Amino acid sequence: MAQQPAIEPMHQFLIHKIIQGPVFHVGGLAVDMSITNSVASMIAGAVILIAFFALTARREIVPNRGQALAESLYNIVDRVLVGPIIGHGGKPYVPYIFTLFLVILVLNLMSVVLAVGNVAGFDLTFAVTSQLAVTATLAVLTFFSVFILGFVKHGPRFLGLFWVSGMGIFGGIAMVLIEMISYFVRPLTLALRLFGNMLGGHVVMSLFGSFVVALAIVGLSGGLATLALIPSILSFAMIVGLTGLELVVAILQAFVFAALATVYLNEVVNFGHGH
Amino acid sequence: MNPVASVVDFHTSAKLIGAGLAAMGMIGAGVGLGVLFGSYLQAAIRNPAGAASQQTMLFLGMALTETMGLFAFVVSLIILFGS
Repeated sequence: MAQQPAIEPMHQFLIHKIIQGPVFHVGGLAVDMSITNSVASMIAGAVILIAFFALTARREIVPNRGQALAESLYNIVDRVLVGPIIGHGGKPYVPYIFTLFLVILVLNLMSVVLAVGNVAGFDLTFAVTSQLAVTATLAVLTFFSVFILGFVKHGPRFLGLFWVSGMGIFGGIAMVLIEMISYFVRPLTLALRLFGNMLGGHVVMSLFGSFVVALAIVGLSGGLATLALIPSILSFAMIVGLTGLELVVAILQAFVFAALATVYLNEVVNFGHGH
Repeated sequence: MNPVASVVDFHTSAKLIGAGLAAMGMIGAGVGLGVLFGSYLQAAIRNPAGAASQQTMLFLGMALTETMGLFAFVVSLIILFGS
Protein backbone atom coordinates (compact mmCIF):
# COMPACT_ATOMS: atom_id res chain seq x y z
CA MET A 1 0.00 0.00 0.00
CA ALA A 2 1.43 3.31 -1.06
CA GLN A 3 1.85 6.11 1.44
CA GLN A 4 -1.18 8.44 1.22
CA PRO A 5 -0.30 12.14 1.13
CA ALA A 6 -2.14 14.06 3.82
CA ILE A 7 -4.88 16.41 2.59
CA GLU A 8 -4.06 19.69 4.33
CA PRO A 9 -5.76 22.58 2.50
CA MET A 10 -4.91 25.09 5.25
CA HIS A 11 -1.19 24.33 5.21
CA GLN A 12 -0.53 26.87 2.44
CA PHE A 13 -1.56 29.75 4.71
CA LEU A 14 1.08 29.08 7.36
CA ILE A 15 3.57 31.89 7.86
CA HIS A 16 7.20 30.90 8.30
CA LYS A 17 10.36 32.94 8.58
CA ILE A 18 12.80 33.10 5.69
CA ILE A 19 15.36 35.51 7.17
CA GLN A 20 15.59 36.10 10.91
CA GLY A 21 15.57 39.81 11.63
CA PRO A 22 16.05 41.89 14.78
CA VAL A 23 13.33 41.92 17.44
CA PHE A 24 12.45 45.32 18.90
CA HIS A 25 10.61 45.75 22.18
CA VAL A 26 8.15 48.63 22.06
CA GLY A 27 6.43 48.93 25.39
CA GLY A 28 5.42 45.40 26.30
CA LEU A 29 5.16 44.28 22.69
CA ALA A 30 7.83 42.39 20.79
CA VAL A 31 8.04 43.60 17.20
CA ASP A 32 9.72 40.94 15.08
CA MET A 33 11.27 42.42 11.92
CA SER A 34 11.94 39.04 10.31
CA ILE A 35 11.32 38.51 6.60
CA THR A 36 8.52 35.93 6.45
CA ASN A 37 7.02 34.43 3.31
CA SER A 38 4.19 36.96 3.68
CA VAL A 39 6.59 39.90 3.79
CA ALA A 40 8.60 38.51 0.88
CA SER A 41 5.45 38.22 -1.24
CA MET A 42 4.44 41.79 -0.42
CA ILE A 43 7.91 43.08 -1.32
CA ALA A 44 7.74 41.14 -4.60
CA GLY A 45 4.32 42.68 -5.31
CA ALA A 46 5.64 46.18 -4.62
CA VAL A 47 8.65 45.59 -6.87
CA ILE A 48 6.40 44.31 -9.69
CA LEU A 49 4.12 47.35 -9.39
CA ILE A 50 6.91 49.93 -9.28
CA ALA A 51 8.82 48.26 -12.11
CA PHE A 52 5.68 48.03 -14.24
CA PHE A 53 4.86 51.70 -13.91
CA ALA A 54 8.48 52.81 -14.22
CA LEU A 55 8.80 50.89 -17.48
CA THR A 56 5.48 51.92 -19.00
CA ALA A 57 5.42 55.62 -18.14
CA ARG A 58 6.80 56.82 -21.49
CA ARG A 59 4.08 59.35 -22.34
CA GLU A 60 3.89 58.42 -25.99
CA ILE A 61 0.87 59.60 -27.95
CA VAL A 62 0.38 56.17 -29.49
CA PRO A 63 0.90 53.89 -26.47
CA ASN A 64 2.56 50.52 -26.67
CA ARG A 65 0.96 47.50 -25.00
CA GLY A 66 2.34 48.13 -21.51
CA GLN A 67 1.40 51.80 -21.50
CA ALA A 68 -2.08 50.96 -22.79
CA LEU A 69 -2.54 48.48 -19.92
CA ALA A 70 -1.32 50.99 -17.35
CA GLU A 71 -3.61 53.69 -18.73
CA SER A 72 -6.65 51.44 -18.86
CA LEU A 73 -6.02 50.42 -15.24
CA TYR A 74 -6.05 54.10 -14.34
CA ASN A 75 -9.21 54.60 -16.39
CA ILE A 76 -11.00 51.87 -14.42
CA VAL A 77 -10.53 53.92 -11.25
CA ASP A 78 -10.88 57.36 -12.78
CA ARG A 79 -13.70 56.96 -15.33
CA VAL A 80 -15.60 53.89 -14.10
CA LEU A 81 -15.48 54.38 -10.33
CA VAL A 82 -14.62 57.87 -9.11
CA GLY A 83 -16.10 59.82 -12.03
CA PRO A 84 -19.65 58.41 -12.02
CA ILE A 85 -19.90 57.70 -8.28
CA ILE A 86 -18.38 60.82 -6.70
CA GLY A 87 -18.25 63.34 -9.54
CA HIS A 88 -15.94 66.33 -9.81
CA GLY A 89 -15.17 66.49 -6.10
CA GLY A 90 -13.57 63.06 -6.23
CA LYS A 91 -10.44 63.98 -8.20
CA PRO A 92 -8.17 64.47 -5.15
CA TYR A 93 -8.94 60.94 -3.91
CA VAL A 94 -8.17 59.09 -7.16
CA PRO A 95 -4.53 58.35 -6.11
CA TYR A 96 -5.60 56.63 -2.89
CA ILE A 97 -8.29 54.51 -4.56
CA PHE A 98 -5.88 53.71 -7.39
CA THR A 99 -3.16 52.60 -4.98
CA LEU A 100 -5.62 50.45 -3.06
CA PHE A 101 -6.85 48.88 -6.29
CA LEU A 102 -3.35 48.16 -7.60
CA VAL A 103 -2.00 46.70 -4.37
CA ILE A 104 -4.92 44.31 -3.97
CA LEU A 105 -4.93 43.47 -7.68
CA VAL A 106 -1.23 42.61 -7.78
CA LEU A 107 -1.27 40.59 -4.56
CA ASN A 108 -4.42 38.71 -5.66
CA LEU A 109 -3.08 37.95 -9.12
CA MET A 110 0.30 36.85 -7.74
CA SER A 111 -1.38 34.41 -5.39
CA VAL A 112 -3.33 32.82 -8.27
CA VAL A 113 -0.87 33.00 -11.17
CA LEU A 114 2.19 31.87 -9.21
CA ALA A 115 0.17 29.27 -7.26
CA VAL A 116 1.32 26.68 -9.82
CA GLY A 117 4.53 26.58 -7.79
CA ASN A 118 2.58 25.65 -4.67
CA VAL A 119 0.76 22.83 -6.46
CA ALA A 120 4.12 21.50 -7.64
CA GLY A 121 5.38 21.44 -4.06
CA PHE A 122 7.60 24.53 -4.05
CA ASP A 123 6.67 27.31 -1.64
CA LEU A 124 7.16 29.94 -4.33
CA THR A 125 4.29 32.18 -3.46
CA PHE A 126 1.99 33.04 -0.66
CA ALA A 127 -1.57 34.36 -0.80
CA VAL A 128 -1.05 37.59 1.14
CA THR A 129 -4.65 38.74 0.74
CA SER A 130 -5.93 35.56 2.35
CA GLN A 131 -4.43 36.71 5.66
CA LEU A 132 -7.04 38.50 7.75
CA ALA A 133 -4.33 40.74 9.25
CA VAL A 134 -3.48 42.19 5.83
CA THR A 135 -7.05 42.72 4.63
CA ALA A 136 -8.09 44.13 8.02
CA THR A 137 -5.22 46.64 7.83
CA LEU A 138 -6.35 47.82 4.40
CA ALA A 139 -9.99 47.98 5.50
CA VAL A 140 -9.34 49.83 8.77
CA LEU A 141 -7.00 52.25 7.01
CA THR A 142 -9.67 53.01 4.40
CA PHE A 143 -12.54 53.26 6.86
CA PHE A 144 -10.87 55.56 9.36
CA SER A 145 -9.31 57.75 6.65
CA VAL A 146 -12.80 58.32 5.29
CA PHE A 147 -14.34 58.80 8.74
CA ILE A 148 -11.72 61.34 9.84
CA LEU A 149 -11.94 63.10 6.49
CA GLY A 150 -15.65 63.55 7.15
CA PHE A 151 -14.94 65.40 10.39
CA VAL A 152 -12.15 67.44 8.82
CA LYS A 153 -14.39 68.57 5.97
CA HIS A 154 -17.71 69.01 7.74
CA GLY A 155 -16.96 69.24 11.47
CA PRO A 156 -19.50 67.92 13.98
CA ARG A 157 -22.26 68.30 11.36
CA PHE A 158 -20.91 65.05 9.92
CA LEU A 159 -22.67 63.13 12.73
CA GLY A 160 -25.91 64.00 10.90
CA LEU A 161 -24.97 61.10 8.64
CA PHE A 162 -26.64 58.81 11.17
CA TRP A 163 -29.87 60.80 11.34
CA VAL A 164 -32.72 59.58 9.15
CA SER A 165 -35.25 62.35 8.56
CA GLY A 166 -39.00 61.73 8.50
CA MET A 167 -39.02 59.08 11.23
CA GLY A 168 -40.17 61.21 14.17
CA ILE A 169 -38.10 61.66 17.33
CA PHE A 170 -38.29 58.10 18.72
CA GLY A 171 -38.09 56.39 15.38
CA GLY A 172 -35.12 58.62 14.58
CA ILE A 173 -33.27 57.62 17.75
CA ALA A 174 -33.91 53.95 17.00
CA MET A 175 -32.67 54.45 13.46
CA VAL A 176 -29.51 56.19 14.69
CA LEU A 177 -28.56 52.99 16.53
CA ILE A 178 -29.22 50.83 13.49
CA GLU A 179 -27.41 53.24 11.17
CA MET A 180 -24.40 53.35 13.51
CA ILE A 181 -24.18 49.56 13.64
CA SER A 182 -24.40 49.27 9.86
CA TYR A 183 -21.81 52.04 9.50
CA PHE A 184 -19.22 50.68 11.91
CA VAL A 185 -19.53 47.13 10.61
CA ARG A 186 -18.10 48.36 7.30
CA PRO A 187 -14.40 47.74 8.00
CA LEU A 188 -15.32 44.23 9.16
CA THR A 189 -17.21 43.47 5.96
CA LEU A 190 -14.50 45.02 3.78
CA ALA A 191 -11.83 42.88 5.44
CA LEU A 192 -13.87 39.68 5.55
CA ARG A 193 -15.00 39.92 1.91
CA LEU A 194 -11.48 39.97 0.48
CA PHE A 195 -10.20 37.48 3.05
CA GLY A 196 -13.07 35.03 2.60
CA ASN A 197 -12.99 35.11 -1.19
CA MET A 198 -9.26 34.51 -1.47
CA LEU A 199 -9.17 31.93 1.34
CA GLY A 200 -12.15 30.00 -0.04
CA GLY A 201 -10.77 29.95 -3.57
CA HIS A 202 -7.34 28.75 -2.49
CA VAL A 203 -8.76 26.06 -0.20
CA VAL A 204 -10.92 24.66 -3.01
CA MET A 205 -8.01 24.70 -5.47
CA SER A 206 -5.75 23.01 -2.94
CA LEU A 207 -8.39 20.35 -2.19
CA PHE A 208 -8.77 19.41 -5.84
CA GLY A 209 -4.97 19.41 -6.16
CA SER A 210 -4.74 16.85 -3.35
CA PHE A 211 -7.45 14.74 -5.05
CA VAL A 212 -5.35 14.59 -8.23
CA VAL A 213 -2.30 13.24 -6.40
CA ALA A 214 -4.12 10.95 -3.96
CA LEU A 215 -6.31 9.34 -6.63
CA ALA A 216 -3.41 8.99 -9.08
CA ILE A 217 -1.39 7.11 -6.45
CA VAL A 218 -4.33 4.73 -5.90
CA GLY A 219 -4.84 4.38 -9.66
CA LEU A 220 -1.21 3.54 -10.40
CA SER A 221 -1.29 0.55 -8.05
CA GLY A 222 -2.81 -1.50 -10.91
CA GLY A 223 -5.78 -3.85 -11.26
CA LEU A 224 -9.32 -2.54 -10.80
CA ALA A 225 -7.90 0.48 -8.94
CA THR A 226 -6.78 1.87 -12.32
CA LEU A 227 -10.32 3.26 -12.57
CA ALA A 228 -9.31 5.85 -9.94
CA LEU A 229 -7.31 7.60 -12.66
CA ILE A 230 -10.62 8.86 -14.14
CA PRO A 231 -11.62 11.07 -11.17
CA SER A 232 -7.98 12.09 -10.90
CA ILE A 233 -8.04 13.45 -14.45
CA LEU A 234 -11.44 15.05 -13.82
CA SER A 235 -10.04 16.78 -10.72
CA PHE A 236 -7.17 18.09 -12.80
CA ALA A 237 -9.64 19.51 -15.36
CA MET A 238 -11.49 21.05 -12.42
CA ILE A 239 -8.27 22.80 -11.29
CA VAL A 240 -7.81 24.28 -14.76
CA GLY A 241 -11.37 25.63 -14.67
CA LEU A 242 -11.05 26.86 -11.09
CA THR A 243 -7.83 28.71 -11.89
CA GLY A 244 -9.71 30.66 -14.54
CA LEU A 245 -12.51 31.37 -12.08
CA GLU A 246 -10.00 32.47 -9.44
CA LEU A 247 -8.40 34.89 -11.90
CA VAL A 248 -11.83 36.50 -12.39
CA VAL A 249 -12.41 36.58 -8.63
CA ALA A 250 -8.97 38.10 -8.02
CA ILE A 251 -9.64 40.98 -10.43
CA LEU A 252 -13.25 41.40 -9.32
CA GLN A 253 -12.40 41.56 -5.61
CA ALA A 254 -9.78 44.26 -6.22
CA PHE A 255 -12.41 46.18 -8.21
CA VAL A 256 -15.07 45.66 -5.52
CA PHE A 257 -12.76 46.82 -2.72
CA ALA A 258 -11.94 49.99 -4.68
CA ALA A 259 -15.62 50.49 -5.58
CA LEU A 260 -16.76 50.25 -1.95
CA ALA A 261 -14.00 52.61 -0.83
CA THR A 262 -15.28 55.03 -3.50
CA VAL A 263 -18.88 54.67 -2.30
CA TYR A 264 -17.81 55.37 1.29
CA LEU A 265 -15.82 58.40 0.14
CA ASN A 266 -18.84 59.62 -1.81
CA GLU A 267 -20.86 59.95 1.40
CA VAL A 268 -18.17 62.22 2.81
CA VAL A 269 -17.42 64.32 -0.27
CA ASN A 270 -21.05 64.84 -1.28
CA PHE A 271 -22.33 65.07 2.30
CA GLY A 272 -25.38 67.30 2.65
CA HIS A 273 -26.55 67.28 -0.94
CA GLY A 274 -28.27 64.34 -2.50
CA HIS A 275 -28.90 62.48 0.74
CA MET B 1 -7.65 -2.54 11.37
CA ASN B 2 -10.70 -2.00 13.50
CA PRO B 3 -12.83 0.79 11.93
CA VAL B 4 -14.30 1.66 15.34
CA ALA B 5 -10.85 2.77 16.47
CA SER B 6 -11.02 5.81 14.17
CA VAL B 7 -14.29 7.09 15.64
CA VAL B 8 -13.80 10.69 16.79
CA ASP B 9 -14.78 11.82 20.25
CA PHE B 10 -18.01 13.64 21.04
CA HIS B 11 -16.45 17.12 21.21
CA THR B 12 -14.87 16.86 17.76
CA SER B 13 -17.95 15.43 16.13
CA ALA B 14 -20.15 18.14 17.61
CA LYS B 15 -17.65 20.70 16.31
CA LEU B 16 -17.76 19.26 12.80
CA ILE B 17 -21.57 19.15 12.76
CA GLY B 18 -21.70 22.74 14.02
CA ALA B 19 -19.30 23.92 11.33
CA GLY B 20 -21.44 22.24 8.70
CA LEU B 21 -24.60 23.85 10.06
CA ALA B 22 -22.94 27.27 10.17
CA ALA B 23 -21.90 26.91 6.53
CA MET B 24 -25.57 26.50 5.60
CA GLY B 25 -25.85 30.28 5.85
CA MET B 26 -24.21 30.37 2.46
CA ILE B 27 -27.44 28.99 0.93
CA GLY B 28 -28.99 32.42 1.33
CA ALA B 29 -26.07 34.12 -0.36
CA GLY B 30 -26.36 31.68 -3.25
CA VAL B 31 -30.06 32.42 -3.69
CA GLY B 32 -29.35 36.13 -3.42
CA LEU B 33 -26.65 36.07 -6.07
CA GLY B 34 -28.97 34.15 -8.38
CA VAL B 35 -31.74 36.71 -7.91
CA LEU B 36 -29.25 39.54 -8.42
CA PHE B 37 -27.75 38.30 -11.67
CA GLY B 38 -31.11 37.04 -12.93
CA SER B 39 -32.69 40.45 -12.43
CA TYR B 40 -29.72 42.15 -14.04
CA LEU B 41 -29.96 39.90 -17.09
CA GLN B 42 -33.71 40.47 -17.38
CA ALA B 43 -33.24 44.21 -17.24
CA ALA B 44 -30.26 44.08 -19.61
CA ILE B 45 -32.22 42.11 -22.21
CA ARG B 46 -35.16 44.52 -21.99
CA ASN B 47 -32.93 47.57 -22.29
CA PRO B 48 -29.48 46.63 -23.64
CA ALA B 49 -28.48 50.27 -24.04
CA GLY B 50 -28.68 50.90 -20.31
CA ALA B 51 -26.98 47.69 -19.23
CA ALA B 52 -23.35 48.80 -19.36
CA SER B 53 -23.95 51.83 -17.15
CA GLN B 54 -25.29 49.66 -14.32
CA GLN B 55 -22.43 47.17 -14.25
CA THR B 56 -20.67 48.92 -11.36
CA MET B 57 -23.90 48.72 -9.37
CA LEU B 58 -24.18 45.02 -10.25
CA PHE B 59 -20.74 44.28 -8.84
CA LEU B 60 -21.40 46.39 -5.75
CA GLY B 61 -24.61 44.48 -5.12
CA MET B 62 -22.76 41.24 -5.69
CA ALA B 63 -20.13 42.21 -3.12
CA LEU B 64 -22.72 43.17 -0.50
CA THR B 65 -24.75 40.00 -1.06
CA GLU B 66 -21.71 37.80 -0.98
CA THR B 67 -20.62 39.24 2.35
CA MET B 68 -23.52 37.57 4.14
CA GLY B 69 -22.43 34.19 2.80
CA LEU B 70 -18.84 34.90 3.75
CA PHE B 71 -19.89 35.67 7.32
CA ALA B 72 -21.30 32.15 7.49
CA PHE B 73 -18.12 30.78 5.92
CA VAL B 74 -15.89 32.60 8.41
CA VAL B 75 -18.03 31.52 11.39
CA SER B 76 -17.73 27.97 10.12
CA LEU B 77 -13.94 28.34 9.90
CA ILE B 78 -13.79 29.80 13.42
CA ILE B 79 -15.71 26.78 14.73
CA LEU B 80 -13.42 24.39 12.85
CA PHE B 81 -10.03 25.95 13.57
CA GLY B 82 -10.68 28.20 16.57
CA SER B 83 -9.40 26.78 19.86
